[in-house]
Amino acid sequence: MPMLIDALIAALILAGAFFLLVGALGLAKLPDMMRRLHGPTKATTLGIGALLIASMIYFSVARGTFSIHELLITLFLFLTAPVSAHMLAKAHILRATQEREQLPPTGQPSGWATLDDRRSDGM
Amino acid sequence: MRARLLPHPLLTVLVALVFVFLMNEVTPGVVVLGLILGFAIPLLTAPFWPGRPRLKAPLTVAEFMLVVLWDIIVSNIEVAKLILFRRGDSLRTRYVTVPLDLEAPEAIALLAGTITMTPGTVSADLSADGKALLVHCLDTGDPAATVAAIKARYERRLKRIFE
Repeated sequence: MPMLIDALIAALILAGAFFLLVGALGLAKLPDMMRRLHGPTKATTLGIGALLIASMIYFSVARGTFSIHELLITLFLFLTAPVSAHMLAKAHILRATQEREQLPPTGQPSGWATLDDRRSDGM
Repeated sequence: MRARLLPHPLLTVLVALVFVFLMNEVTPGVVVLGLILGFAIPLLTAPFWPGRPRLKAPLTVAEFMLVVLWDIIVSNIEVAKLILFRRGDSLRTRYVTVPLDLEAPEAIALLAGTITMTPGTVSADLSADGKALLVHCLDTGDPAATVAAIKARYERRLKRIFE
């Protein structure tokens, strides 16, 4: 395998590992739940993205066949990561009462969906 | 007739593509099997697709994807800097409200997902009437500018695609 491609793959793997580490660090270091959510939702997408691109290049060159199923991992990751982050945030707003006072008004006649539901349940 | 046989043409293409990607090879057999699945699955699941969003501007989709990919790269570097070099307490973290012009549920879902993937923002909740989005910003000096950027970069393009 040519040197240049080796170097490219190594760089991509290192970059991916770096961003995954930063994501994990953010999860551990930031002070509260909502801030912690920022680390894993972002750093991991680029981290895993870089690792998958490295994998695509490696298998395309080493096996001589085009490898595309890594794109599916990216696709499903992009579909699931925002949804799970959204559900975590909603659960947090529902459970943590001190968080509610920080919420800005909706600027609409009705309130935020998570809390509005609760009121209509007779809470 | 066409609508009954192909209730969701975009889904047909997507299922066929996902199958080919999954098999990781492009041979006639795989493509034909993918097309059969792409034909059968939308027919069988048609009752689960009450609304069928129409893509009004297919070229804008490509533009939107490029903008989002670029923003994901930029946001990763920005968030990495914030995590590594700033104390957690010193971040100007706050919630902002983004009033929505979009009405199609699919477009709002896509906008919320995009916001979560891009610079220092996570979409946290939707107003009960679906007209405003609650966004949590990791570090923002100017909340109004953040809201304006979200509306100009993503919502304007999504509105052109879906409405």
